[in-house]
Amino acid sequence: MPNPAPTSPSPATEYGARFRAWDWRRALSPTGNVGDAVFRGALFCCALLLVVIVVLMFVEIGSNARLSLAEFGFSFLTGRNWDPVQGKFGALPFVYGTVVSALLALLLAVPISLGIAVFLVEQAPRTLARPLAFLVELLAAIPSVVYGLWGIFVLAPFLREHVEPPLQKWLGWLPFFQGTVTGIGLFTGGVILAIMVTPIITAVVRDVLAAVPVSQREAALALGATKWETTRVVLANGAPGIAGAIILGLGRAVGETMAVTMVIGNRAVISASVFEPSYTIASVIANEFTEATGDLYLSALVELGLVLFLVTFVVNGAARLLVWSVTRGTSGVARA
Amino acid sequence: MFHTSRTLRAASAFLMTFCLAFVFACSGERGTGPGGGPSGGAVNLRGAGASFPNPLYQKWLSEYGKAHPDIRIDYQSIGSGGGIKQIKEQTIDFGASDSPMKDEDLKSAPAEILHVPTVLGAVVLTYNLQGVAQPLRFSPDVVADIFLGKVKSWDDARIKADNPGVTLPAANITPVYRSDGSGTSAVFTDYLSKVSAEWKERVGAGTSPKWPTGLGAKGNEGVTGQVKNTPNTVGYVELAYAVQNKLPVALIRNASGNFVEPSLDAVTAAAAESLPTTPDDLRVSLTNAGGATAYPISSYTYVLAYKDQKDAAKGKALVDFLWWSIHDGEGFARDMQYAPLPADIVKRAEAKINSITSGGKALRQ
Repeated sequence: MPNPAPTSPSPATEYGARFRAWDWRRALSPTGNVGDAVFRGALFCCALLLVVIVVLMFVEIGSNARLSLAEFGFSFLTGRNWDPVQGKFGALPFVYGTVVSALLALLLAVPISLGIAVFLVEQAPRTLARPLAFLVELLAAIPSVVYGLWGIFVLAPFLREHVEPPLQKWLGWLPFFQGTVTGIGLFTGGVILAIMVTPIITAVVRDVLAAVPVSQREAALALGATKWETTRVVLANGAPGIAGAIILGLGRAVGETMAVTMVIGNRAVISASVFEPSYTIASVIANEFTEATGDLYLSALVELGLVLFLVTFVVNGAARLLVWSVTRGTSGVARA
Repeated sequence: MFHTSRTLRAASAFLMTFCLAFVFACSGERGTGPGGGPSGGAVNLRGAGASFPNPLYQKWLSEYGKAHPDIRIDYQSIGSGGGIKQIKEQTIDFGASDSPMKDEDLKSAPAEILHVPTVLGAVVLTYNLQGVAQPLRFSPDVVADIFLGKVKSWDDARIKADNPGVTLPAANITPVYRSDGSGTSAVFTDYLSKVSAEWKERVGAGTSPKWPTGLGAKGNEGVTGQVKNTPNTVGYVELAYAVQNKLPVALIRNASGNFVEPSLDAVTAAAAESLPTTPDDLRVSLTNAGGATAYPISSYTYVLAYKDQKDAAKGKALVDFLWWSIHDGEGFARDMQYAPLPADIVKRAEAKINSITSGGKALRQ
């Protein structure tokens, strides 16, 4: 089925065009109406505050990480040894753990979230869609420490008994599924993250799909498309918004702390197997900051925060680039 | 109309000021001095530090507060590292730490800091081994080699030798350690460094050492959860935590060659046995203590205070509270599974409290 090109400009694109043409000089220049000027000024201050907070955060973290930056330089990023007792600090295992656990989470969560969202918008009768949507939003509101405790006491033993052994039996020839099965490790971390990001991705994708004009569906159906083909039309229209939802989920997965630290095993090693313990940046900061004595140690932990900042930037940037390269040819209608 | 625009202008000016104030507040100096001071006769004291004695300290504060309504003391359980940092920065009136301050920390502090021991704690080994009823016994070198990853299986000959008559499964041992920086880890690794040369060289002692093998779990509750839920694991937790949760605990062979069950009396015995080697400033490691009944993985927990108090009223309140703690306060320790100080250490702690002055004048008469 070819990609349909929307013909009539929707309100969303019109608004987008106006937004791009927004000129701050003109917006802030006097128009004769004092009230409007004050209103604009106030809004501008709010927007500026966001920029100021980000810049200050960066400066503050950077200045607190000075000691470690000077001591280790670039080798901080490539070092594999994190040994507070010897005063040696390398961040690579944490970067690896953070990125891989987040990607694992997306791998599991994205298909399920899309399925739920499509079902809610396209298939489910109203009487079912409402309570289901409410349940999804409820899941998003559960505190992460609750997920973590549930992870230790329910999920980890379940995966150890019923999921990891068959995986190892059938796919054990792959390096990803070797090693001792303990129920604690990168795999469990990825699964719990997937459960946590699913409601977020689902909720956003649902709104995106709901914003796709009904006329698109009617057109597809009128051309004799099946339900499945119509759904593909709708999904293609919502692609940029769906990508935005996934990036939002990725953000949560990268920054999640408590739930992951309880099930990931907390050992700074890089191993191919997802059954082996791992460690994420957010977890190590949360774990070690309170008892960190010594200026270099503290500074190294702060620099880890800086690295997390960078990882988030890079991952987000890469995701946006991907979305841009995929959707360049089409003009997305619904944006998240 | 004129009126309205003036109001709006005032509102926008206010908003601008707020934004600017926020920016300055962000970049401004942190760490203002402790609040309180004598206002209307009441004295506020602020303390922070070790989380291990926190339940007992909170009990003390509530009991002491009942008897002395004019003195308000609060204690934040932020961890030993935080306690040492804050007492050095003088943002609190007293700190608390499970391990004594290092020489370089004492040197870089603005004035002389005293260590007053309050109670004792211990670290115990707990394990999950199906089909084993009686408590396991471990030699120190075996404990070190398990956590080094050298003793890999439960039916290792060296574990068997310590546990005659116990059928041990041929299963891999999974050690569980504390992933969060903790005084418990510091005491445990201090012990392992004393009993194993290889541990001392490869890992060393600290609040967050680089563990050669095993799984990391957050907090005593995390280690307990992991051990309870994963067969064939062994972990270490605080004695109080193990007793309250009725965990299986191992007997450890002490320096005199006896296998000792962790108990409050065995911990107090470790402190009493170490008395001859306890230095004048009371900064001492109790691990691997001699004596037939001493439990080898024990430690003091300390309150940290400046020898010379800047504020006489606050200093007086502090020394009175500390005096009460090591006398009346010890009575609450046993019920909450903390080992009380031996009598001779109480005497030496008294001397420390008596030496606290303000402007050269002793605060306690």
